[in-house]
Amino acid sequence: MNEQVKKTRDPFVRITKRDGVTFGKACIVRAVCIAVALLLCAILTVLVTGQNPLVMFATVFKGAFGKGRGFVTLHEAALLLCVSLAVTPAFRMRFWNIGAEGQALIGGLATAVIMFLFHDRMSTFPLVLLMTVSAVVAGAIWGVLPAIFKAHWGTNETLFTLMMNYIAIRLVEWFLKIADKSGSNVVSHSLLGDGIPNLFGVQYLFNIVVVALLTVVLYIYLQYSKHGYEIAVVGESENTARYVGINVRKVIIRTMILSGAICGLAGLLIVGGASHSIDSNIIKGRGFTAIMVSWLGKFNPLYMILTTFLLVFLARGADEVSTICGLNSSFSDILTGIILFFIIGSEFFIHYQMHFNWSFFEREKNDEAGAFSAEKPAQTDEKEEA
Amino acid sequence: MAENIALQLKNISKHFGTIMANRKVDLDLVRGEILAVLGENGSGKTTLMNMIAGIYYPDEGQIFVDGKEATIRSPKDAFEYKIGMIHQHFKLVDIFTAAENIALGMHDEGKFDMAKIEASVAELTEKFGFEMDPRKKIYQMSVSEKQTVEILKILYRGADILILDEPTAVLTPQEIDKLFAVLRRMRESGKSIIIITHKLHEVMAISDRVAVLRRGEHIATVKTAEVSEAELTEMMVGKKISLNIDRTEPKNPTDRLIVKNLNCFSIDGIQKLSSVSFTARSGEILGIAGIAGSGQRELLEAIAGLQHLSGGEITYIDPQTGVEENLRDKTPQQIRELGVRLSFVPEDRLGMGLVGNMDIVDNMMLRSYRRGRSLFLDRKQPSNLADEIIASLEVVTPSSHTPVRRLSGGNVQKVLVGREIAAAPTVLMAAYPVRGLDINSSYMIYNLLNAQKENGVAVIFVGEDLDVLLELCDRILVLCGGKVSGIVEGRKAKKEQVGLMMTKTEGVS
Repeated sequence: MNEQVKKTRDPFVRITKRDGVTFGKACIVRAVCIAVALLLCAILTVLVTGQNPLVMFATVFKGAFGKGRGFVTLHEAALLLCVSLAVTPAFRMRFWNIGAEGQALIGGLATAVIMFLFHDRMSTFPLVLLMTVSAVVAGAIWGVLPAIFKAHWGTNETLFTLMMNYIAIRLVEWFLKIADKSGSNVVSHSLLGDGIPNLFGVQYLFNIVVVALLTVVLYIYLQYSKHGYEIAVVGESENTARYVGINVRKVIIRTMILSGAICGLAGLLIVGGASHSIDSNIIKGRGFTAIMVSWLGKFNPLYMILTTFLLVFLARGADEVSTICGLNSSFSDILTGIILFFIIGSEFFIHYQMHFNWSFFEREKNDEAGAFSAEKPAQTDEKEEA
Repeated sequence: MAENIALQLKNISKHFGTIMANRKVDLDLVRGEILAVLGENGSGKTTLMNMIAGIYYPDEGQIFVDGKEATIRSPKDAFEYKIGMIHQHFKLVDIFTAAENIALGMHDEGKFDMAKIEASVAELTEKFGFEMDPRKKIYQMSVSEKQTVEILKILYRGADILILDEPTAVLTPQEIDKLFAVLRRMRESGKSIIIITHKLHEVMAISDRVAVLRRGEHIATVKTAEVSEAELTEMMVGKKISLNIDRTEPKNPTDRLIVKNLNCFSIDGIQKLSSVSFTARSGEILGIAGIAGSGQRELLEAIAGLQHLSGGEITYIDPQTGVEENLRDKTPQQIRELGVRLSFVPEDRLGMGLVGNMDIVDNMMLRSYRRGRSLFLDRKQPSNLADEIIASLEVVTPSSHTPVRRLSGGNVQKVLVGREIAAAPTVLMAAYPVRGLDINSSYMIYNLLNAQKENGVAVIFVGEDLDVLLELCDRILVLCGGKVSGIVEGRKAKKEQVGLMMTKTEGVS
């Protein structure tokens, strides 16, 4: 009996952590994952719609970068990147700010209110300045409230920031009621005026330039400034932060002011620099997509440029597919979903290694007589050692 | 006799990686007795008990319950053999009541009837003399009440063999008395009890027999009535081993740090330090000995400005000016601003002393990154320091840009100690600096500490190996349960004497 128990059997699949994967190897893993994702998309397309998958991929590409599309895609990416940059300092601090949607919306609301009140009473430059200040301050307030509660009373920042989103939405709806008596659910251009003028006569150029500058500045801030270093230390271990005398509360609050302020700036760009109108869905979920951008980009502003483009490219391409190929828009969502699933899944294979134990099945047959052999006594021990 | 044995272990071994936690241990538990298992930290007590309770599975050896060989693969198996263990860290659901926690995971026949469960819990409390309201929620309970719930949980499952892992560590003396009364009542009703402890007076007070473990091996099992505390201590700590660590005479020691009457409580309200007083002198290594969790961590953290104190004073005397500074209730940052060069090598290297995901360079500047007015970091000096430490302490690393969590334990420690010493401290505190290190790395650390001492630094060394403490330190402060049980001369003290002081507090129950 005891002898049998000692023959503990390794499970069929064993997963071990691998450490120190080279950059090149990680890229290969990612490329393989994307290739598999595209292959799966192609198979699914043929099976479900009977369309040529190559035509479909070409359409995706055209949708994003086709004639007259490139610049719009670039602008779209800039806006998403702006919100993503905003959440990144908080994420580096392991402060899960999922309220970027609300922080950007409240920034947009502040912009809209200023435009509504002053667009025909002030000249452009002071108006834009006032819009900017109020948007940034509004976003910062929305960001700092959960931070204060977290820092002083240990509340859960995820719930807090999430709930702040709904407050922002209701505030916008309230503003709609006051500003537009017609009962429309959009406060339109005619009531708000022109907002931020075009830079060199090019539409959206202002937004793109601002976000490009912001990316560089934030990269330097996070990587080379003392503040950025403190954020990283607090994120890695609050104990270490305390040990070296970092004021953890101060860092949490300061960083969330920054995060909220950049969100507010995004709201300014969206309302004042692009739509010139406001409704409660003006941010269009960018606050949540930003989480994915930041995470996939490993909280590094430069990598995030790539992940932003990937996501915007997929979204715009998918839209095009559904219109051109006459497919339900849900189908393009499925394809986007598959690709994202594989991209996120690739991280698993970069960090973990799978060991297959083929002799597992062979022994099973031999063991049938001694059916009482141990099933998994060794497992708890392994965890303990790890 | 043979049929009276409830539980028998034969030849049990268990290793984790290269570390032997238990080596060929034999142990037996007589029905209706209280057996104390005694041993220092890391002597394998908990591992051995975990194998009986189904948490671990032995690599070798056999377990017999009631004379029949048993295979215990999980806590569930253990319950089938009527074995239950009360762990050091309670496993209770905070928002449930006592009765709900006790019933959790049971699959009784028929309808789930809370009233019935509460009634049978009340019956058990009555029988063994606990004080417990089955409807009280866990989060409203004191530590001792939570422990009672854990014991009831096991009795409710019908256990005849109870294992308690350091049950007294978290209790006040009055609560300990109550617990012992309950244990005696359980013994009278025929239960067999194993109690892990390293407090000798408790062993003497409660147990019928004592099993002593040392470095994973079973030394002896003796009748408590036939043995003295001194004999037990010797069995526990073993004979003195010579290590040949150089120890120079302190050069004109002067008082550097005066600690008076420190009191400190944990978040749970347990007193971690009570009236701790001592003086650390320049040019001297002050050792701190004690069983793990006797207040060493709290003491060092209090000096470093990381613990909230409920009473006491910490005074630092500047070696140049002789000015006295009060360090109590100052943050680490404020302490530094006072010009006090206090270095601290904490016990938790990667969780407190270093940032695992950062490279060696970034870890070098953890303490010094604020220097200068610039908003930006200066990585040049830290980078030079990193290269220096890698070269002088022979840190094995691919480069100074390797995240420190990739380094081996010894190299991590060299990086940490190197950084703390590079700050040219006047007081250096090191908690378990050689834990998990191989012989060579350990000696390198001893030499570094000695070099600091010779430079006139006041060194405070918290250690667990008595042989090392006795050969390295000039004086040794012994802590027991948050109190100072004495300060002895490192050159004259006997190992047994220190061992006895580690396990003995006043107010024996």
